[in-house]
Amino acid sequence: MPGRSLLEKIWDQHVIARLSEDTDLLHIDRHLLHDLGGSRGLLDLKSRGLKVHNPELTFATPDHALSTAPGRAGTSKIGQELLAALRIETAASGITLFDVDQPGQGIVHVIGPELGLSLPGATIVCGDSHTCTHGGLGALAFGIGSSELTHVLATQALIQRRPKTLRARFEGELPLGVTAKDMILALIGQIGAAGGTGYAVEYAGSAIRALPIEGRLTICNLSIELGAKMGMVAPDEKTFEFLRGRPYAPQGEMWDRAVKAWRELPSDPDAVFDREVVIDVEKIIPQVTWGISPEHVVGVDGIIPDPKSVDDPARRAAIETALEYMGLQGGAPIAGTPIDWVFIGSCTNSRLSDLRAAAEVARGRKVAAGVRAWVVPGSENVKREAVAEGLDKIFIEAGFEWREPGCSMCLAANGEVVAPGQRSVSTSNRNFVGRQGPRARTHLASPASAAASAIAGAIADVRMMGRS
Amino acid sequence: MPKPFDKLTATAAPIMRSNIDTDVIIRIERLVGNGIRGTLGKWAFGSLRYLPDGSENPDFILNREPYRDAEILVTGPNFGCGSSREGAVWSLQERGIRAIIGSGFGDIFFANCFQNGILPVVVGKAVVDQLAADIEATQGAGKVSIDLEAQTIVSPSGARHSFEIDPRRREGLLKGLDEVALTLQRDDEIHAFQASDRTARPWIHSTRISA
Ligand code: SF4
Repeated sequence: MPGRSLLEKIWDQHVIARLSEDTDLLHIDRHLLHDLGGSRGLLDLKSRGLKVHNPELTFATPDHALSTAPGRAGTSKIGQELLAALRIETAASGITLFDVDQPGQGIVHVIGPELGLSLPGATIVCGDSHTCTHGGLGALAFGIGSSELTHVLATQALIQRRPKTLRARFEGELPLGVTAKDMILALIGQIGAAGGTGYAVEYAGSAIRALPIEGRLTICNLSIELGAKMGMVAPDEKTFEFLRGRPYAPQGEMWDRAVKAWRELPSDPDAVFDREVVIDVEKIIPQVTWGISPEHVVGVDGIIPDPKSVDDPARRAAIETALEYMGLQGGAPIAGTPIDWVFIGSCTNSRLSDLRAAAEVARGRKVAAGVRAWVVPGSENVKREAVAEGLDKIFIEAGFEWREPGCSMCLAANGEVVAPGQRSVSTSNRNFVGRQGPRARTHLASPASAAASAIAGAIADVRMMGRS
Repeated sequence: MPKPFDKLTATAAPIMRSNIDTDVIIRIERLVGNGIRGTLGKWAFGSLRYLPDGSENPDFILNREPYRDAEILVTGPNFGCGSSREGAVWSLQERGIRAIIGSGFGDIFFANCFQNGILPVVVGKAVVDQLAADIEATQGAGKVSIDLEAQTIVSPSGARHSFEIDPRRREGLLKGLDEVALTLQRDDEIHAFQASDRTARPWIHSTRISA
């Protein structure tokens, strides 16, 4: 029998019942709720006359529909109603809520790891596709829809088909100025936005081992943009160091037992994967998207694809549609494209290390005239730590706006939008049509690249900025 | 509880662009709030269906006869990628869509379809292209038939194609099964699992802060 992969080990440990050859009823260890879907699920449950099966394994926080303006001024009426409903329904069910302005509040995929709720070997779900983020700690984490959310509330279990496995090995040493965000965008560019559909991805290789945990979370965050609803990195000493002492991580003797179990999780050397991809990270340069899918990505020194040079009619049409929406000319260099907005935030890139990287570029410089640049920390704790380090001052002095934690302009559910036709360099994960507001144009990039672009007033190569 | 699905013969609309994400199927601002069910049909594909001034875009296929009444979509690769928002499926359902035929779907969207009695059919790209061409050859007048029991699709040209589907999901759709009720029948097994797991992995189950 061949060895087992990380996915198979975690999966097998959670099977409550085998329902068919490839479908199991899995136990869910952590269920995270947010303001957009949390109260709806709890109300749905109530209307069926059911109770939350395990409130102690369920945690909630508002993030999507909150204003991130100082003092939360400007949260829409409906956003306030959702927050009120989340408060009432979580309290009624005995679910812990990390509320506004309290340590613990934040983007749901930032707070899970930060609080030690997300643990290696755990199954974690949330009604949000970027739940794959938590896989950076060696968890089996994935997004679910509203019906599945109700199912988990009612049963603490979920019916799942066993996915195929894909191992993406990032090998080599990361060049200067190139980040985790660039690594994963480069992979998406290489295998496409559907390249991971139907797979659980395990990210491996020397460059992944070398990455700090926050970088691994960024990598796993974009799994869904690869089409894969699950992405994971095997836990190692860095993982344990990251988790040690976090509020919800095990303590004392229980910690030792947990670490012992977690050391068994990494894929066996002879584990077999359905597909394997190898990426030479030494060839990666800072990435930026030019189109309306994360697979529309080039190196920042690259050229926007010219539809005229593409033979396949479907691909040519897709490029033309994207360029028309983005207001770009095929064949032109991507660098130097003038921008109106910069958004540094989202569950991809709003952790302390992201803010540090952006602040390092911004320090002592000024945001270009005509550009609005926002920094939105991922959580209340990130915000407090950043302030304690003085990062907020660096940003404010450079002309950035320093905001309250939340999803903000990543999805524009809260009135925080890029105006129609305007162009934003964003550290988030989706450059979809209208994602940041109707007819808004989004270019995805790393925090350092976004900060460099804010200073330049145009899409910029951070490697030309003399630092980092 | 999903509506059962067995057979359907209906107008089908090809929407062949690849990577149509769930943000394009339904914009987020339509989904903010708890009372949204029943309001979403007219916002399905909003950014494609309406011009910036709010009027209908005459070029968009679902604004044209006879596609306006389509109950089947024939879609390009990776349809429904992106966000997990089940509102995408609700909006299509409220718009009258009952089945979607494509070469591949976003994983979460695909699962959400089954939860709402919508049949997503995966067939090879050649079959999808052929179906789209057959439909266009009749200017949408030719209907597409789907038989879930027999696992076949019949194109307007009469060409018959079979498709694969997970037997569990097929049965769930045919009978309109309620998964929550079914799983709750196994509640003893869930409790037994948790009892033994509490010994094996106590750190998962004791979540009260000790600090
Ligand atoms: S930051 Fe963006 S991608 Fe992440 S959870 Fe919030 S809305 Fe979703």
